[in-house]
Amino acid sequence: MKSGAKIKIDNLNLHIGNKHILKDINVEIPEKQLTVILGPSGCGKTTLLKSLNRLTDLNPDVKINGSILNGDEDILNPRTEITQLRKKMGLLAQSPYPLPMSIYDNITYGLRISGRRKKIYLNKRVEYYLRQVSLWDEVKDRLKDPASALSIGQQQRLCLARGLAVDPEILLADEPTSALDPVSSKDIEEMFLKLKQRYTIVVVTHILRQARRIADYVIFMYLGEVIEHGPAKEIFENPKKEMTKAYLKGAYN
Amino acid sequence: MIRDVIRKVEENFFRGVMFLSSSVIVIALLLIVVSILYKGLPSLSWKMIIETPKGGYYFGKEGGILNAIVGSLYLSLGATILSFIISLPLALYINVHQAKNGKLVNLVRFLLDLLWGIPSIVYGAFGFTIMIYFGLRTSLLAGIITVSLFIIPIMVRSMDEVFKTVHRGLLESAFSLGSTKSETAYKVVLRQCIPGVVTAILLAFGRAIGDAASVLFTAGYTDYIPTSLSQPTATLPLSIFFQLSSPIAEVQNRAYASAVVLTIIILVISIVSRLVSRKYNQERIK
Repeated sequence: MKSGAKIKIDNLNLHIGNKHILKDINVEIPEKQLTVILGPSGCGKTTLLKSLNRLTDLNPDVKINGSILNGDEDILNPRTEITQLRKKMGLLAQSPYPLPMSIYDNITYGLRISGRRKKIYLNKRVEYYLRQVSLWDEVKDRLKDPASALSIGQQQRLCLARGLAVDPEILLADEPTSALDPVSSKDIEEMFLKLKQRYTIVVVTHILRQARRIADYVIFMYLGEVIEHGPAKEIFENPKKEMTKAYLKGAYN
Repeated sequence: MIRDVIRKVEENFFRGVMFLSSSVIVIALLLIVVSILYKGLPSLSWKMIIETPKGGYYFGKEGGILNAIVGSLYLSLGATILSFIISLPLALYINVHQAKNGKLVNLVRFLLDLLWGIPSIVYGAFGFTIMIYFGLRTSLLAGIITVSLFIIPIMVRSMDEVFKTVHRGLLESAFSLGSTKSETAYKVVLRQCIPGVVTAILLAFGRAIGDAASVLFTAGYTDYIPTSLSQPTATLPLSIFFQLSSPIAEVQNRAYASAVVLTIIILVISIVSRLVSRKYNQERIK
């Protein structure tokens, strides 16, 4: 295991019904870097991402084998405390799903369910995390408004802030810019670049140019298999596998 | 050319059929409302609403229908509260906790739909059998329990239809923040669906207050307003049923007045639930 690996995935196989979705995944995700899972649609990128915080549990008929180690803890072990596990990983979904409550309550939700209720503390956290995602100045006068009143781009930043507020180690993002306009997409990308100093970030994308802009480490997937993985520079400048070369030239897009 | 003519004739024919069937519904509704009001409004007076019948509901010429109005409200409120306590956890449970257990959830939905389809007189007979078994007499409590059994499937399935529309992504977001399933259910899913839940409650209340058959054997009928759960109670539907069959005009008037009051209550409930669900569709997060 390379020093600095945060998550180690060993022999991961995932079936839904009799479909083999993830095939023999062996890959390491480096700590405090931005890892991009790249590949054409339907190649299992999102499933791989969601198995990291066991959102795959929500699917019926999922069979999952192998191990995903976060430090010493096996994420796939049924005895792993799932709520604690998920708290360590913030999730940013394809399109924003703010909770049906105020902007303020969206940020404090995660804190409140873990028992933090002091008003002064919560107020500070709300400001801190909204500043982290550059949303504070836009919403500071209407924190009690429903989150649904924000624009989609603002909602996505709110969802990022909400995820950060539970103090995760890892950020998971599933095509986080696919519902956003170019300006909001750029905001999110810039935030990732800033946040990777402190968090391990895993971003799923099928946008090659986005991957080139933000990735430190790349996992290239095709039809449920990891074709190639390595530091972004190596993958983009000197890919070893034919399939990766073809993808980078745009053959699958 | 000829084809175009045929299509046009077809179009006009089906438009005519649709217009006709819509008209039948509208006219029927208008006729019902008009005839109830025509017969009932003259009978409806202040005295009718604030007095209980004097000299027995079947023969006494004096008094009003307060016993039935209050009795019906007691009964329907009690039944609505009781079924809410059972329906909400069940509807959330099948949509959040057991969401991935599709077979079980579908079985539960199927059973509830079967229960929904059972005529209310069967619930009444069932309630009556149970009462005999336990040696209970007709009472408000027996009525509340029976009506609850009858409206629980309606309430659960209406809530269920609302909870079903909650997007998977919202559930995943809540879980990712470290919520347990119950926290997700009550703090996120329920909150997202409150207006829909209100609509489900109102719908069930409307069914509860309008049903005669389920209370016939179980709640009984009386001239008085019940002061405890163990006393029998009058209800508006039975107030119509018993008093309309009387040969005495004054007694029949009480039946018509009951019909007006019941119709107004149900209309108000339908309108309120419409308004709530309209507001709901504007505000919910898509």
